[in-house]
Amino acid sequence: MAKTKQRNMFGNAEVRLQPIEPFAVLSVEGKVVNKDAMPKLSDEQLRELMRRMVFTRVWDQRAVNLARQGRLGFYAPVSGQEATMIGSEFALNKDDFILPGYRDIPQLYWHGYPMYQAFLWSKGHIHGGQIPEDVHVLMPQIIIGAQYVQTSGVAMAFKQRGEKRVAITFTGDGGSSQGDFYEAMNFAGVYKLPAIFVVQNNGYAISTPFKKQTNAASIAQKGVAAGVRSIQVDGFDVLAVYQAVHDAAERARNGEGPTLIEAINYRLGPHSMSGDDPTRYRAKDEPSEYDEKEPLVRFRRYLESKGLWTEADENQVIEEAKQAVTDAIKKAESYEKMTVDQLIDAMYEVTPPHLEKQKAEFAKEGK
Amino acid sequence: MPQMTMVKAINDAMRVELKRDPNVMVFGEDVGTNGGVFRATDGLQKEFGEHRVLDTPLAESGIGGLAVGLAVQGFRPIAEIQFIGFTPEAFDSIAVQAPRMRYRSGGRYSAPIVFRTPFGAGVKAPELHADSLEAWLTKTPGIKVVCPSNPYDAKGLLISAIRDNDPVFFMEHLKLYFALKGEVPEGEYTVPIGKANVVREGSDITVITYGAMVHTAMKAAEQAEKERGTKVEVIDLRTLSPLDVETIVSSVEKTGRAIVLQEAPYSAGVAADVIALINEHAILKLEAPVKRVTPPDTHLAYQLIEDQWVPDAARVVKAINEVLDF
Repeated sequence: MAKTKQRNMFGNAEVRLQPIEPFAVLSVEGKVVNKDAMPKLSDEQLRELMRRMVFTRVWDQRAVNLARQGRLGFYAPVSGQEATMIGSEFALNKDDFILPGYRDIPQLYWHGYPMYQAFLWSKGHIHGGQIPEDVHVLMPQIIIGAQYVQTSGVAMAFKQRGEKRVAITFTGDGGSSQGDFYEAMNFAGVYKLPAIFVVQNNGYAISTPFKKQTNAASIAQKGVAAGVRSIQVDGFDVLAVYQAVHDAAERARNGEGPTLIEAINYRLGPHSMSGDDPTRYRAKDEPSEYDEKEPLVRFRRYLESKGLWTEADENQVIEEAKQAVTDAIKKAESYEKMTVDQLIDAMYEVTPPHLEKQKAEFAKEGK
Repeated sequence: MPQMTMVKAINDAMRVELKRDPNVMVFGEDVGTNGGVFRATDGLQKEFGEHRVLDTPLAESGIGGLAVGLAVQGFRPIAEIQFIGFTPEAFDSIAVQAPRMRYRSGGRYSAPIVFRTPFGAGVKAPELHADSLEAWLTKTPGIKVVCPSNPYDAKGLLISAIRDNDPVFFMEHLKLYFALKGEVPEGEYTVPIGKANVVREGSDITVITYGAMVHTAMKAAEQAEKERGTKVEVIDLRTLSPLDVETIVSSVEKTGRAIVLQEAPYSAGVAADVIALINEHAILKLEAPVKRVTPPDTHLAYQLIEDQWVPDAARVVKAINEVLDF
């Protein structure tokens, strides 16, 4: 009795969070479970979402092979996360700005960044980072969380200039443990910035499972502390992700401030192609649990039920993707070799005398 | 010409640039309403509005990220880190993200940011407010490090830093903020980054230094001349990265003797680098080994033994005599 009394002593002074459930439009079976939330997309747009997801899956499989053959540098596989990546990018305008983590290459590609440059980036070629003038993205970020604090800066620039543009960034579940994660949202909240913070909770930060990452019940709830609107979505459901990002972008454009979106998904492959072995940290049959849940299966079922997708469609995209990867790697591999000169010239706008001297010395050695 | 303290000159530089370029912004902790804890930004918010001069939450990494994000969108942020000891909290932005922006994007983006921060011993500041941490950044390619020693240079260098298309770490010595007044022209003028200044000419020995130590060196030079008739040349580096190799080398070629004086600890600092440059370029002109005059390799001894820790004119004179008597 005394115990109960003590437990209630703090009443409304104690912060209590309600349990949440991820926002979904489609069930695992590919049936619409949330009619009101169904995005307003044409049949052609629905097919385009599928086309992009299949294309990205094939590209990923080929890239994994290229990495195994030593033809790429760093590569972080994306299979399992296509719905979040494709769905969120599809909800943006062309002049919205993406600040990616290193896994978020598909969003960049579908926003206009050429695939051969992604391959050059992976190999450490300086041309990989030379984003075309009309493509509004930053280079993939290596320092987990840095892209979050920078997103507040980009979003503030849009607000300063009165532009109706949105800055969107991505990290993983591990990224939400960084101080930068909170600092970024706190700034965006204070200044009411047009920013969207997406966390792709794929269950693992390399090997560390979510339950060891945080004692919080969700990542979405972490936005609440910063006064930032926060939602959790089913990250396997491309329509749910699309709708969540579309809505967040609309609010941001209307001056309603930032949104945090936690997308629950799963990385079917390893963390990266640099020696990660997922069998060391997850049960052998764990990935097969996702055979049913994974984004392509679900959306294919939905489209097939509406008569919008056939095996012939699928095969056509597979061939297109294979060809695109073949062309891109060929272009990357035949691209002009990088030199030490180029690296030195990229340090400052005007190369200072001591560095000019070093450049001349390297040139003498023919490097 | 108006007489100004260094902090007033810094304030004036920001005012001039805020007026000239609509992309210049000033932000940091307490820089708006309060005008900065040292009044370096006094009156700027009132004059240019809350959207251009803004108070931030207390989070240095957030400040650094805000600066990098604004910079890639074409703004020219002046981000104040309230004290140099808080720099590590923003280190990813200052030492990693901003200096690499040009390289990572192959020139598509740059990060024209000025990170302003007060530092420097001698004012009995609390722990981690005053350490000389410049060597963390002088070793980092892609960012320039500037440290003025007087009001005139402070304004001219800060204007250059704001206009520079690469990031600049701008160190403002606490002891110099209010200690001396100097003539500072009104309106715009620049002092070039990367150029040292021979502040005293001499033929017997060169003292190479920067920041508040310039004044210690000048005092020592006068004393050495009075005591032994030694003609001391004093170089104020003004920019710590990139170093002005030409000015350093041509002075040492003339005098054949040098000491490097710094407020930072002994090892792996600007002094070590200056000596390496002298060795590479002028070793055959040297009459004696080049000496370093610095505090010991410890953290800044704040408050009680601060004055014993920082090199004074007597230590510099002793070093000058040792090098002359070699």
